[in-house]
Amino acid sequence: MGRTLVSLGPQKACRPPYHKLQKEPSMSLASEPLSTEPLSTEQSASPNVPDQQGRFGMFGGRFVPETLTRALDELVVEYNRARQDPDFQAELDDLLHRFVGRPSPLYHAARFSKQLGGAQIWLKREDLNHTGAHKINNTLGQALLTLRMKKTRVIAETGAGQHGVASATACAHFGLPCVVYMGVEDVRRQRPNVFSMRLLGAEVRPVESGSRTLRDAVNEAMRDWMASVETTHYIIGSVIGPHPFPMMVRDFQSVIGKECREQSLQSFGRLPDAVVACVGGGSNAAGMFYPFVGDRSVRLIGVEAGGRGPNAGDHASPLTFGSPGVLHGSYSYVMQDEDGQTSDVHSMSAGLDYPGVGPEHSYWKDTQRVEYTSCRDDEALAAFDFLARNEGILTALETCHAVAKAAEIAKGMSPDQHLVICLSGRGDKDAAELARLRGQEW
Amino acid sequence: MTAIDDLFSTLKAQNKKAFMPFITAGDPSLAFTGKVLTRLAELGCSMAELGIPYSDPIADGPVIQASYTRALQNKIKLSGIFQTVADLRAAGSQPLAKMPLVSMVSYAIVHRHGLEKYVDEAKASGFAGAIVPDLLVEESEPFSKVCRVREFNLIQLVTPTTPPERALRIAESSSGFLYFVSVTGITGERTQLPVDLVDRVGWLRDRSSLPICIGFGISKPEHVKLLAPVSDGLIVGSAIVRSLDQAAADESKALDSMSQLVTSLISALEN
Ligand SMILES: Cc1ncc(COP(=O)(O)O)c(C=O)c1O
Repeated sequence: MGRTLVSLGPQKACRPPYHKLQKEPSMSLASEPLSTEPLSTEQSASPNVPDQQGRFGMFGGRFVPETLTRALDELVVEYNRARQDPDFQAELDDLLHRFVGRPSPLYHAARFSKQLGGAQIWLKREDLNHTGAHKINNTLGQALLTLRMKKTRVIAETGAGQHGVASATACAHFGLPCVVYMGVEDVRRQRPNVFSMRLLGAEVRPVESGSRTLRDAVNEAMRDWMASVETTHYIIGSVIGPHPFPMMVRDFQSVIGKECREQSLQSFGRLPDAVVACVGGGSNAAGMFYPFVGDRSVRLIGVEAGGRGPNAGDHASPLTFGSPGVLHGSYSYVMQDEDGQTSDVHSMSAGLDYPGVGPEHSYWKDTQRVEYTSCRDDEALAAFDFLARNEGILTALETCHAVAKAAEIAKGMSPDQHLVICLSGRGDKDAAELARLRGQEW
Repeated sequence: MTAIDDLFSTLKAQNKKAFMPFITAGDPSLAFTGKVLTRLAELGCSMAELGIPYSDPIADGPVIQASYTRALQNKIKLSGIFQTVADLRAAGSQPLAKMPLVSMVSYAIVHRHGLEKYVDEAKASGFAGAIVPDLLVEESEPFSKVCRVREFNLIQLVTPTTPPERALRIAESSSGFLYFVSVTGITGERTQLPVDLVDRVGWLRDRSSLPICIGFGISKPEHVKLLAPVSDGLIVGSAIVRSLDQAAADESKALDSMSQLVTSLISALEN
């Protein structure tokens, strides 16, 4: 059977006029299994992105009010300095080791692999990090930058609450006040994390506007930043937003892929055949994929939230069903109506319930370096149970999307092949919501 | 020369300043927007800024956000806004025919619509220019070019966080006028404006030939009196949008309260 991922055909990675490149949404059926044929190598994604303007090919850039420009420019300068400063790297590495518990293990899910009867499945255990997800890799880096920039307050947005908890944790660690914006729908479905943030001393501000989810939390955080930018750093939680955030968050998260690359060589003597990660804004996937971009033999697969199905409003899969446009400060695939209004999206998982995606993913999609597909709510729920019962791991609902598609892909591979899943977070936070979704007592 | 260029040279010759209200298109209906624009022109407004409702306006405070939400809930579309403006122009009420209109619009909308198509349609319906608050000078070249070729003004913004050299660069690439944002923050009424605002506008005005209008936070006659001497015009948004926010319940009452506010601000500007 043919590929389910629709390719766009050749596109030059060039500057505008990108408004000419709008296209019809590609319709691929989320439930069809992926093919295992190798990727076309005709066009190549370069790891040397973004350029000075923050462009990943034609994606990215900066589409924000002038008020934020100076702070973004200062952030570029300070981040470049920090990157070249061995003390900064040493401090971050030490924190990641002693405070977060890195390196996170690459675990061979032997029972799971055997059940599926295909490739050997390995789990990159970001769920074992302090605070239970990959988000802490980024917040510690950005909190250190906050101190270097002599800013005295931190704001953050959160969907699943994992980035909120990771921000609150980093701020408590460094003694910075922290305000977290969170849509009221997410406050409801991720209650345990709201409580944790408050225990950590952060102020959680519920957001009532719009769809009351991650997108609205980003809007509110941006508005706060518009007024507080001179003293406040905004720790964006994914590879989204204006330059330099998509690059910087990717770099901080790349510790996942770097470790994974080494651990693969140690554990099975070569690079994996395939790597799968879920994509909300795209930070765990970007951090996992980026160190493998140059390794053409490694298939990279990003999994978006397919929600209830492919109809408009039923999913949160901009790479699968959307088209390029502007949202939250960058140019990337997005779910918008014909007027440019952001469309309502749906996912049962708060962390993937977002109409946009990081610009580097758009670049990887159009250069065909990464394949993107989407996974429905029900498929992800089945994967939750499968991993729980076969491996003894409760997985975050976000991550379950990757697990479900990885299982399909692995089935089409042979037992001497290796597939890695980025196990981005643990599922404790979802227990109550799972009970509600299933009509069970909590 | 656009209608905006004409306006500022006329005002300059008369030693007058522009008064420029902002209203949201389609809040709560396009028919009402037509009535508001007509009234604004009759009250002597020099120019009007029409906000194109957007789902994710990060530069806007609660008042304008709420007006965008009301408009979008009523399914206001760009095509309807252009049609309304074209119809108003065609109806040819005298004061309104002379009042230039600019759209305040997110680049998300301009991009989705298509840059050329946006300008062609906006111009054909009677807009003289656009303010695109999320289009920075570094990203503006493609759109700026489209606007230049069509003699459509692209009004750019300078803010309190803009360094001086950058402000000059923005002034150079802006056309029609330069929008000087008074405060670091989102739109919304303020009781106090920054103390150094007058100096900063003055500094830029000495170095640029482009008219400079000040906006964000202005809501009171005192603000108008303070800022009129150092600028070429003043923009008032949230206070006016708020004065209209009960329009769904009683249109004529809303028009009256808006008229009262605008009259008091214009008289502060003229004296
Ligand atoms: C465990 C987990 N995985 C994935 C995500 C999605 O974010 P991203 O795509 O940036 O990794 C989240 C976001 O909250 C999360 O908590």
